[in-house]
Amino acid sequence: MKIQEADAKSLLLAQGLPVPPWKVARTPAEVEAAARTFLDAGAGRVVIKAQVLVGGRGKAGGVKLAGSAVEAAEVGAQILGMDIKGITVRKVLVGAAAEIVKEYYLGAIIDRGSRRITLMASAEGGVEIEEVARQDPAAIHRVSADPLLGLLGFQARTLGLAIGLRDPLLNPFVAIALGLYATMKANDADLVEVNPLAIVAERALDGTATQSLVCLDAKITLDDSGLARHKGLEALRDLDEEDPTDAEARKLGINFIHLDGTIGCMVNGAGLAMTTMDLVKHYGGEPANFLDIGGGARHETVAGSMKLILEDPKVQAILVNIFGGITRGDEVAAGLIEARGQQTREVPMVVRIVGTNAAEAARLLAAAKFETATSLDEAAEKAVALSKGAAR
Amino acid sequence: MSILVGSDTRLVVQGITGREGEFHTRASIAYGTRVVAGTRPGKGGQTAIDGTVPIFDTVAEAAREAGANTSVIYIPASGAPDAILEAVDAGIKTIVCITEGIPALDMIPVVEAVRRAGARLIGPNCPGVTSPGRAKVGIIPASIHKPGRVGVVSRSGTLTYEAVQAMTDAGLGQSTCVGIGGDPIIGTTFLDVLKLFRDDPETDAIVMIGEIGGSAEEEAAAFAAEYLKGVPMAAFIAGRTAPPGRRMGHAGAIISGGSGTAAEKIAALEAAGVHVADSPTQLPRLLLEAGYRA
Repeated sequence: MKIQEADAKSLLLAQGLPVPPWKVARTPAEVEAAARTFLDAGAGRVVIKAQVLVGGRGKAGGVKLAGSAVEAAEVGAQILGMDIKGITVRKVLVGAAAEIVKEYYLGAIIDRGSRRITLMASAEGGVEIEEVARQDPAAIHRVSADPLLGLLGFQARTLGLAIGLRDPLLNPFVAIALGLYATMKANDADLVEVNPLAIVAERALDGTATQSLVCLDAKITLDDSGLARHKGLEALRDLDEEDPTDAEARKLGINFIHLDGTIGCMVNGAGLAMTTMDLVKHYGGEPANFLDIGGGARHETVAGSMKLILEDPKVQAILVNIFGGITRGDEVAAGLIEARGQQTREVPMVVRIVGTNAAEAARLLAAAKFETATSLDEAAEKAVALSKGAAR
Repeated sequence: MSILVGSDTRLVVQGITGREGEFHTRASIAYGTRVVAGTRPGKGGQTAIDGTVPIFDTVAEAAREAGANTSVIYIPASGAPDAILEAVDAGIKTIVCITEGIPALDMIPVVEAVRRAGARLIGPNCPGVTSPGRAKVGIIPASIHKPGRVGVVSRSGTLTYEAVQAMTDAGLGQSTCVGIGGDPIIGTTFLDVLKLFRDDPETDAIVMIGEIGGSAEEEAAAFAAEYLKGVPMAAFIAGRTAPPGRRMGHAGAIISGGSGTAAEKIAALEAAGVHVADSPTQLPRLLLEAGYRA
């Protein structure tokens, strides 16, 4: 699960990391009030950042500076309501604009190859790390935490030295790196990224500047499998940015991802569901969704899934592909028949059910006059033909 | 000989009294697998599966008293990591974890403990391992198999059934079918299984079923190019149409930062001389084209 920058910063703060203060605003008036607070406290300018769960908001014009509260309100009015990669901006983060001396990248990931938590750091901060990885892979330094002992102080120090940090900023870096690791563990995160981690200059009243390392941005994704054991994390789910079908799919206990095509797919098993989409495409169609009804799905799950598929007005044909193992074919067939009784619009459908209780399923489907197929390829081809017939 | 499970398998089922555990244990026994014990803490001394399988409180007792050498785990995600560690501690060398939904961070110390003990973990979030005609450990349906000499390794469940069914229909039997699991952190990778197949005198050809996410298929391709020359090999990669940044059902099936795409994996496999299918039903034909004769 992805969470917003402001929520990610809260999780970092909870582990004692240096994160400059911020406020979240949902209206230009709230932006103005927040900006005033920071300006009154001595900030020269404020930064207003769109809170969206997609990357590239800076390039899209979703991050801007303002020198006065009135200007902040104007900028807020521009950013709020803006469309960034199909997402409408509903809230912004407001904070004092930092005087940045240098930007770094610091991130913690679950590294599948080494099967460890790996920390990555780079002196090339502020830009997308994937871009750095492509252009100059040597600029990214890595250490992997010990699987039993965790991230050790000397490992964090090695990383800080590798990106050029020295006294007096080295020890603060070590604390931040250990804090990133702690944030990951404390929340079952699978990614914790601070980009940029910045050296900022703070000026005292007499004009003398001191430098410190702070987390200017934060990106965290949480392991869905860990959500249930952390109270409060589920509340960070941003329902505003969710596809409306997501909540319904969670309730049904299925995996559903909306796509742009015209052929609705219902499949058991994630790998087979992806394969079914791929074959739809291979035979000249476009899948409208990824849908894995899971193992051992009951008829009510099948009926609920069908309703979800039909809610998409683009769907012109439906392909049901079930390879029964734990899932019983007759149970799926019963669910399909139940769904057809409740269905509000006619969409051609082809059903393929093999494996456990396939014979019983075939009898039920034949009696209810469903169009069926025996092989996976035949089913996909038929669904594509049906979708094109319906479009004419 | 087959790999991982076979005629010498003496299985202990951790969680034998649960719904899944009991159901699949019956299917394993019906297939001829030697199930020597089950565990259910607090019910030691009782029996399961109509009085045919003794229940022990601990895996250590199951190993000591019933001679268990392989374990399969049907225990919910909250208890599964502990169950794996208990099996390791009891000296079990082959551990198959079916459980789905274990937080990835829980698995990091567990796979390390397994490695240090010299044991092997298959999964988690996997359908298990079947050596057709010999032993079935896990939830792969018995009906799809035919004994033979093709090794099958896959990250998926039902997609594996699809591929194995297609092979059986075409008359191509299997030596062992291994579901390695769809999670980001798994005990046994494609590479590990390819090495086992290479060293197995009863495996003459290999089918590999991968999907988007991570780079395990690329590593397997590099190994195949170097060490599996002359071994007929066919592959299928699911997720050509998967959108980037979305987790496609399996925790590990995600294209992130532009890497882990099906296109990259297919290119790596083809460069290694592996025939890649557009549909799992083409796998038998591709194996024959690669020179395999059953």
